[in-house]
Amino acid sequence: MAWYGKTAHELIEAVSQRQASAVEIAESYLGRIEAVEPRVDAFTQVWRDSALEQAARVDARIARGENAGPLAGVPVALKELLCTVEGETTCASRILAGFRSPYDATAVQRLKAAGAVLLGKLNMDEFAMGSSTENSAIKLTRNPWNPECVPGGSSGGSAAAVAADECAFSLGSDTGGSIRQPAALCGCVGMKPTYGRVSRFGLVAFASSLDQIGPLTKDVRDCALALNVLCGHDPMDSTSADVPVPDFTRGLDGDMRGVRVGLPREFFTDALSGEVREHVEATVKALEARGAELREVSLPHSEYAVATYYIVCTAEASANLARFDGVRYGFRHPEAKTMLDMYVMSKTGGFGPEVQRRILLGTYVLSSGYYDAYYLKAQQVRTLIKRDFDRAFEQVDVIAGPTSPTPAFRFGEKTADPLTMYLSDIYTISCNLAALPGLSLPCGLTASGLPVGLQLLGRPFDEEMLLRVAHCCEQLRGGIGKPPLA
Amino acid sequence: MAYEAVIGMEVHVEINTRSKVFCACSTAFDAPPNTNVCPVCLGMPGVLPVLNREMVNKTVAVGLALNCRISRWSKMDRKNYFYPDLAKNYQISQYDLPLCQEGFLDIEVDGATRRIGITRAHMEEDTARNTHSIGGGQSGVDFNRAGVPLLEIVTEPDLRSADEVYAYLTMLKQILEYLDASDCNIEEGSLRAEANVSVRPVGAQTLGVKTEIKNVASLHGVTKAVEYEIARHVRVLDEGGTITQETRGWDADRGLTFSQRQKESAHDYHYFPEPDLAPIVVDEAWEQRIREGLPELPAARRSRFSDQYGLSTYDAAILTATRAMADYFEATAACGADPKQAANWIMGDLQALLTLSAMDIRACPVQPDALAGMIALIDDGTISGKIGKDVLGEMFATGKTARAIVEAKGLTQISDADALRAVILEVIEKNPAQVEQYRSGKEKVLGFLVGQVMRATQGKANPRLLNDVLLAELRKP
Ligand SMILES: [Zn+2]
Repeated sequence: MAWYGKTAHELIEAVSQRQASAVEIAESYLGRIEAVEPRVDAFTQVWRDSALEQAARVDARIARGENAGPLAGVPVALKELLCTVEGETTCASRILAGFRSPYDATAVQRLKAAGAVLLGKLNMDEFAMGSSTENSAIKLTRNPWNPECVPGGSSGGSAAAVAADECAFSLGSDTGGSIRQPAALCGCVGMKPTYGRVSRFGLVAFASSLDQIGPLTKDVRDCALALNVLCGHDPMDSTSADVPVPDFTRGLDGDMRGVRVGLPREFFTDALSGEVREHVEATVKALEARGAELREVSLPHSEYAVATYYIVCTAEASANLARFDGVRYGFRHPEAKTMLDMYVMSKTGGFGPEVQRRILLGTYVLSSGYYDAYYLKAQQVRTLIKRDFDRAFEQVDVIAGPTSPTPAFRFGEKTADPLTMYLSDIYTISCNLAALPGLSLPCGLTASGLPVGLQLLGRPFDEEMLLRVAHCCEQLRGGIGKPPLA
Repeated sequence: MAYEAVIGMEVHVEINTRSKVFCACSTAFDAPPNTNVCPVCLGMPGVLPVLNREMVNKTVAVGLALNCRISRWSKMDRKNYFYPDLAKNYQISQYDLPLCQEGFLDIEVDGATRRIGITRAHMEEDTARNTHSIGGGQSGVDFNRAGVPLLEIVTEPDLRSADEVYAYLTMLKQILEYLDASDCNIEEGSLRAEANVSVRPVGAQTLGVKTEIKNVASLHGVTKAVEYEIARHVRVLDEGGTITQETRGWDADRGLTFSQRQKESAHDYHYFPEPDLAPIVVDEAWEQRIREGLPELPAARRSRFSDQYGLSTYDAAILTATRAMADYFEATAACGADPKQAANWIMGDLQALLTLSAMDIRACPVQPDALAGMIALIDDGTISGKIGKDVLGEMFATGKTARAIVEAKGLTQISDADALRAVILEVIEKNPAQVEQYRSGKEKVLGFLVGQVMRATQGKANPRLLNDVLLAELRKP
């Protein structure tokens, strides 16, 4: 049977009802991967043998009458920058080609403990730097809805694999929109939880104060199920929050009456493509019809978000990526004769152009004499952006708007001009700067058949509200169907 | 021209927490290379630091002992530079908000007290150790030391001589040992002292060009290097030359400093706040808990020893040199021993025995109550002080009590006048020549006769009684 088309909650039900074994489900997904990968190229590694072994272990536990975990038998795939003992952890970079991590990321450990079956790893922009996955040193990933278009990024593989039914759900990471933007472009649900909700231990850092792991799923209920497993305090991550984790599935069917939905004036401008705007506005109107109250809000410092973001994230990245030097692991240039050569040649040969650009930018904004004008100023603006949201959330419970200004764009369309590419994240970046939870869900298809994403932003640690509103949208508008894959 | 030296010290001490500052690895010093390591201290992809709370506790304790203001709110920063001994190519350190600020330490040189300002004390992680002797044109890196907690203590340029540098380092070391914060082993590198030295004409307000002395492997070495450097500055300036700002090393064999590295354009470490760690908030209650747990510090203990036990300043200083020594002394006194006698025995015979067997007082086989017991036997006349020396040696070697040794060997003093007189008469009879000499005025032979009696009694004669009886017998016609 074609189990690959099912959601995670359907699979969990099927396994618990003994309608399907974990091995049957894993085989179904592995077959699907074989069938559509030539079209999609989402995976960087497929762990066929280990996936079947994990599935067999789940089945054995169920046969013994044991609790096999809340995600028993659910096939999951991981973004290439999550550390795993299985396979390689390359961050889609030449500098980590062949690198094997000695440990599993906390999020990976949690998935394993919950009985999930790990299928392999997914393509991304090198070190999560990009918005189209074109910066991968491994391969190009195609949008399942249109092979001429990018899947978004940086978690492009994670979004494409879910949209193409190559896994039940996937993990991505989101520094400035890297889960939500590809989720929007590929038509799946993507959540960046509140900063601190999910342990970052074992997530190869791009920008430590912005990075957050989150799930990309086929529907909102799956998103809640995944969060139930991923969230929670981790003593290995000093920035992980020690706050209670609710059962995120419980509030999904909550009433919309009295829910105040904020529409930021700054998000609905001329920059927004017509079709995106139409779908977003239609969905919001539908919410209003169900009793939600729409209010215009203002986030006056939004216009500085992109500039602020590219100072903060590059500064942190310049230090985070310094460790890739060829001394202990990873690529060391074979012709380097001196210590300085080893550093310069290994980094120049190991990092792609976008990564090098950001390291240089970050080094520059931290250099003495420029620190106050750039890094410090950016931190101050970051505070102002956070205050904008605090003020808005005094009036509304959730903020709604577009995830991405445009639907999926074509390969090469934005690679020539990095600034144009940076603007694809114009609506998603503030959420990371303000450490808020954000979710993207599909809200329609354009005339040319590309998905449009609606973004919801919430108060810190109020993922439940996002899930409740998203679930209502999903019910109101129905799904967007499946991409036209053979 | 008359010059005055201006010296500031930067001291790095490894804090003796059991685990490293950001991971659970052991800080043990002598493990085989790269055995006390984990993904965190190796700087593997994806790892995160977790600050060791004990490091904060010990840093605050040191800060309080150095009269510092403890920052209510401080943070860690990243100091970025590339070197193969630095796993992440940044060191987690503290830049503009150190945990301890604006303190002082009073030092004593030639009986005068000088107050040395402490600019700051901040936490950071140690680096790995590079070795270039593994052969094959290769260098090796041992990451056992990477992530060992370091405290950097920086003074104001308040020191004026090599003697003051020596006094400062000695006092600092003593305080760190009292707080059980560090082993302070300069040879093993757990304490590293750097001196910034400059000179200026007496009375001048501006500072001269400084040189930095690094990598000196002993306390005396640092003092000697500073002394040499001051003299060199003065010589160069007197000859009309100029001092180059640079780092200098110390050649202990030749007794001179040498240029190691010219100061390049100032390093830019691209400091920024460490985003992987939360701010460090030491509230009043936390600080108070540490303050209450502080031991009595060396200076206070020294003056109390003088007051309470009537010890000389010199003796009090020796007995408080280490916390273990001072504890040992007080425990002995608490067991009833006369403090002055206890002090003499500890500083004299006991210290000699410890030195001979290269033993620390913490491992001393003679416990304070045992020493007090031995002193009591002298006090009550059971044994003489001379026998006491032998008994102590025996106690040290066997761990037995003084009483057990005295009884087993029959060392009890002869304090019975009649018994002693019998021996004395025998000696007088056997040495008529010496007796005659004494009686004719050569009183020096008395010592010989006393010695003969002691020999005959195997040293057990009560010395005072022996003296009295012998004199009485000699005076008899
Ligand atoms: Zn470690």
